[in-house]
Amino acid sequence: MGFERGALRSMKIEWLNARQAQQEPYQVRRDGSPGWEFILPSLLLIGLIGLPVIALVWKSINVNFINFALSKSAVEALRLSLVTSVISVAIAIVTGAPLAYLQVHWKFRGKAILDLLVDLPVVLPPAVAGIALLLAFGRQGLFGSWLNKAGISLPFTTTAVIMAQLFVSAPYLVRSARVGFAAVDPQLEEAAKVEGASNWHVFRHVGLPMAGRALLTGIILTWTRALGEFGATLLFAGNFQGVTQTMPLAIYMGFEQNLGIALVLSIVLLVASVILLTLLRRLEQQSRH
Amino acid sequence: MIHKTFRLIAILMMLWSAGCAFQEAPTASAADPSLNQTLTVFAAASLTGAFQEIGQAYENANPGITVRFNFAGSQILRTQIEQGALADVFASADHKNMDPLVSEKLVDDKTCQDFATNRLVIILPANNPALVESLEDLDRPGLKLILADASVPAGNYARQALKKMDLVPAFGADFSSRVLANVVSNETDVKQVVAKVELGEADAGIVYISDAVAAPELGTISIPDDLNVIATYPIAVTKDATKPAQAQAFIQFILSPQGQEILMKWGLSEVR
Repeated sequence: MGFERGALRSMKIEWLNARQAQQEPYQVRRDGSPGWEFILPSLLLIGLIGLPVIALVWKSINVNFINFALSKSAVEALRLSLVTSVISVAIAIVTGAPLAYLQVHWKFRGKAILDLLVDLPVVLPPAVAGIALLLAFGRQGLFGSWLNKAGISLPFTTTAVIMAQLFVSAPYLVRSARVGFAAVDPQLEEAAKVEGASNWHVFRHVGLPMAGRALLTGIILTWTRALGEFGATLLFAGNFQGVTQTMPLAIYMGFEQNLGIALVLSIVLLVASVILLTLLRRLEQQSRH
Repeated sequence: MIHKTFRLIAILMMLWSAGCAFQEAPTASAADPSLNQTLTVFAAASLTGAFQEIGQAYENANPGITVRFNFAGSQILRTQIEQGALADVFASADHKNMDPLVSEKLVDDKTCQDFATNRLVIILPANNPALVESLEDLDRPGLKLILADASVPAGNYARQALKKMDLVPAFGADFSSRVLANVVSNETDVKQVVAKVELGEADAGIVYISDAVAAPELGTISIPDDLNVIATYPIAVTKDATKPAQAQAFIQFILSPQGQEILMKWGLSEVR
């Protein structure tokens, strides 16, 4: 018991110290700074992540960057990735934000199941997503066969690419938006309703602006995930230049026949990821102040 | 107090993991005698069914020997051997991925020989939704055709076969370009083509006969020999083989009547 209380006290002191360190980021604490038993294991992990990134950049410096970047398959993959990921993010916002709002404001039976379902793609391997999409919306799929009778065939189309991206990436937006909406003070919304605002007005003028930063975080996460989507796209949409061959697919095919294109597209994706991640960091820092 | 405890745990964990690393060396050498009895065979993905059965037959005929397989695209296996993967035998789906290893002296050129051939075939979903009856139907507008990508041996062969069909007057001179216009996806390997046709997502695909044999529920349309492309499979003992004599014996078994019979059962043909 005595030990526990002592431990609690020292934790509290540590927490206070950490707070102080945060407020004065440039203060160096000589006492209690992490030693080699922290540095050594950290270096292993840093090396594992850092060295491949260095190798990728180093290798790509030696290739004829412009030539490969302007090749037809690279340009088409870039264009397709950009178009499909932007559309995916737009659809994710329009459908995901209302869903998150519902999840925060409604209490109903089976809500836990709905929450689970929406979060599922975050942990589901993309290959499973691809097979599931095929079995549902394929030509002879559970629901795809009806669409097929109506003359609509989804696999191997750009629509299928967008569906695969939405499946794996939209849950990130819903999760972020949910956190944002949950943080809005319910009294504020009550007050607006008392003033005679409709549900839509409360959502539009109170919920959305106050959850804006969380939504933006969700948009960035969704976009990076959509840009990187590979497994589900390959299985559900196939691989056809200009129609379904997005950047990650072109990288995979290029790895076997034309390493130059694979390298250039990898660098493009790397740079895009770094930019989006930096934006994300800035957002997080802003929301802390 | 907590800090000290943590430091102690960290040190203990490091010592423990170091101990494990040291321990591994004697364990590996203890396992060595049994390792000697294991033959490692790198084989093209299209050989999967046939080689598994051959391996079983070989183990039955040679008690104490275990045959271990690594099945993948020939291109991938070749890269693995070039990067130093330990194999005793390499069986490739084409010479394109064997000959460089011969000139790089990574396989023993004296042991390198052709052991089987494979041909292409048209596969259709069981219910044949587009009612494909013959080769000529492949250029029908709106038909959904899947091929392996041109970088994959099977995809390359399929395009060669289509080119040959251009020379048949009844098919028309630009037959291959009309057929290629129907391609909806260039899959990353031949097994993906089979899977998507099996699911009925495409109306037809072009794969090896051995792939069609392995998926009996598919419908097939054969391609005549003069329009077909015959894939020749070479096999060789690697330069770094731990058991070159056993590796050579395994190759002899594949060339024996019993081995050839199993290959034929899986849709492959003998070398003429």
